[in-house]
Amino acid sequence: MERDTHFILGVYVDENVLLHAVEKVRGSGVKIHEVYSPYPVHGLEHALGYKRSKLPIAAFLFGMLGTSLALTMQFYMMKFDWPMIIGGKNYAAFPDFVPVSFEMTVLLAAFGMVGVFLITSNLKPWAQPRIFDVRSTDDKHIMAIDLANNTSLKEDKIKSILTSSGATEVNRKSFE
Amino acid sequence: MAHHSEHHYNLEQRFDFSSSIKKSILTVLGLGAILLGIGIVLSITGGHHEEAGEATGHAFHWYERVYANLWINNVFFTGIAIIGVFFFAIQYAAQAGWSAPLVRVMLSFGNWLPFAAVLMIGTFFVANHDLFHWTHSYLFDKNDPQYDQIIDGKGAFFYWPMEKGTFPAFYIARMIIFFGFWVFFFTKFKQFSQQEDLQGGTSHWFKIRSWAAFFLVFFAVSSSVSAWDWVMSIDTHWFSTLFGWYVFASWFVSGLSALTLLVLFLKGRGYLEMVNENHVHDLGKFVFGFSVFWTYLFFSQFLLIYYANIPEESVYFVERLSSDVYGPFIFVNLGLNFFLPFLVLMTRDAKRHGVFLKLVCSLLLVGHWIDFTLMVQPGTLGHNGGIGLVEVGMFLVYGSAVALVVLGGLAKSNLIAKNHPMLEESYHHHI
Repeated sequence: MERDTHFILGVYVDENVLLHAVEKVRGSGVKIHEVYSPYPVHGLEHALGYKRSKLPIAAFLFGMLGTSLALTMQFYMMKFDWPMIIGGKNYAAFPDFVPVSFEMTVLLAAFGMVGVFLITSNLKPWAQPRIFDVRSTDDKHIMAIDLANNTSLKEDKIKSILTSSGATEVNRKSFE
Repeated sequence: MAHHSEHHYNLEQRFDFSSSIKKSILTVLGLGAILLGIGIVLSITGGHHEEAGEATGHAFHWYERVYANLWINNVFFTGIAIIGVFFFAIQYAAQAGWSAPLVRVMLSFGNWLPFAAVLMIGTFFVANHDLFHWTHSYLFDKNDPQYDQIIDGKGAFFYWPMEKGTFPAFYIARMIIFFGFWVFFFTKFKQFSQQEDLQGGTSHWFKIRSWAAFFLVFFAVSSSVSAWDWVMSIDTHWFSTLFGWYVFASWFVSGLSALTLLVLFLKGRGYLEMVNENHVHDLGKFVFGFSVFWTYLFFSQFLLIYYANIPEESVYFVERLSSDVYGPFIFVNLGLNFFLPFLVLMTRDAKRHGVFLKLVCSLLLVGHWIDFTLMVQPGTLGHNGGIGLVEVGMFLVYGSAVALVVLGGLAKSNLIAKNHPMLEESYHHHI
């Protein structure tokens, strides 16, 4: 079976039911593709077993890049390219460079982090979002299960696990 | 999942200030007293500083160094004590829920305030001429060759309504009013919090919140003015407009470090079991964030003075950076108070685990004590200062005295404000 094409969707009304359902469904060996909810559900990423984001590492590295670029730029400009005496200080007076280095660190850390986030989340302007169930933008939580990832279980078995976990509806959805 | 679990925490727990803890604190106190004694004996008998001093006309006496150290520790530990009360008030004014099990621990720091008041006022009366240049009456006498027009211009701030150069009535009054109100608010907070234990309900919480708002307004003014009075006036000619904030930031980081250490100490002895790594994480964030805030103020003060290079301003840093005694400590100061917490506490895990926090918070206490030493010593001791046995001994004596008083106060009432309306919320704190 092709991946990312055939899905079973469980529809949940209550977020507490959903949180326990996620634990039950994962506990019975079903791999969950994703849960879509109209608002952030506290503890959901924990229940889904998501690992902590590595985004802070990207932020740190881009921040370091900002610091080094700023220091290199200022040393090059002030010491070699166009030496100037300002306030009677040396050409390369380190304390003068701190504010610019700080700003460049923040700027690159922020831009780098947003960029990495957009790329890893596949948020590009031409991305076509897949709508599993339009009610996940209104008042329902939708648990999507990729059948290709759960070949060891029969489709009916997955549906009955979802129903017994508290899903008010269980649907099937296929994408082209 | 924490969502439906029942909590059976012991809300009647009380800190047992056992004789073994007391004994270890008293051992440190004794050790400090011995170091202090040896340091004093060495500086009396050593004496090469004195010869150098006598050659220039101003003899340096060993007791000046003791006075300067008394003052450093008075200011430093007063700061930690009032920050405990301040942080308590902040929790109520901000309607914070996460910190509900910790409010008594914060408030316990205030127990040091009455002792701090007596020591501070006493030290001032004994050592005023050795600590504060502006206490000399000849500065205000126009016929004296040492008449100082600039200090004369600032004189009213110390002496009003008395004649300049006589009794510093305004200065002493401020000191008494600040300590008086701080102790008053501390007592009120303690009283309301203990009444809440007996009577329950939310009315005490609201009462503390209103009082906290008034206290915070008073503290905003008094913390700044006390920084000018007690620290900045040592270098009487010099001034910095952000000095009040700078001292406050140093106090705040020290207070938060002491709080974190005390919470971890209590947790290590089996108390405060509802305080988990999420609460510790928040304390770690405070320590991290306000260390950066301290650095921001340190550098803001330094850069403007360095860049403008006006002699009357830059003398403050010239005295410190170009001195063999203090120069290296400026970098120790920056290393301990900025680079250490910034690099070690940057990751989430470091803020959630006691080992890193214990290390960083202990070193931050030392670091900010060095910061105060650097603020006080150059203006009082000149080249006769430094960090030696007298300094270390006095720090240990004061530190263990504060620990005895604070832990003694903590043991007097329940550790948890059991009827705090936000306790339940704090159990579910999750970040």
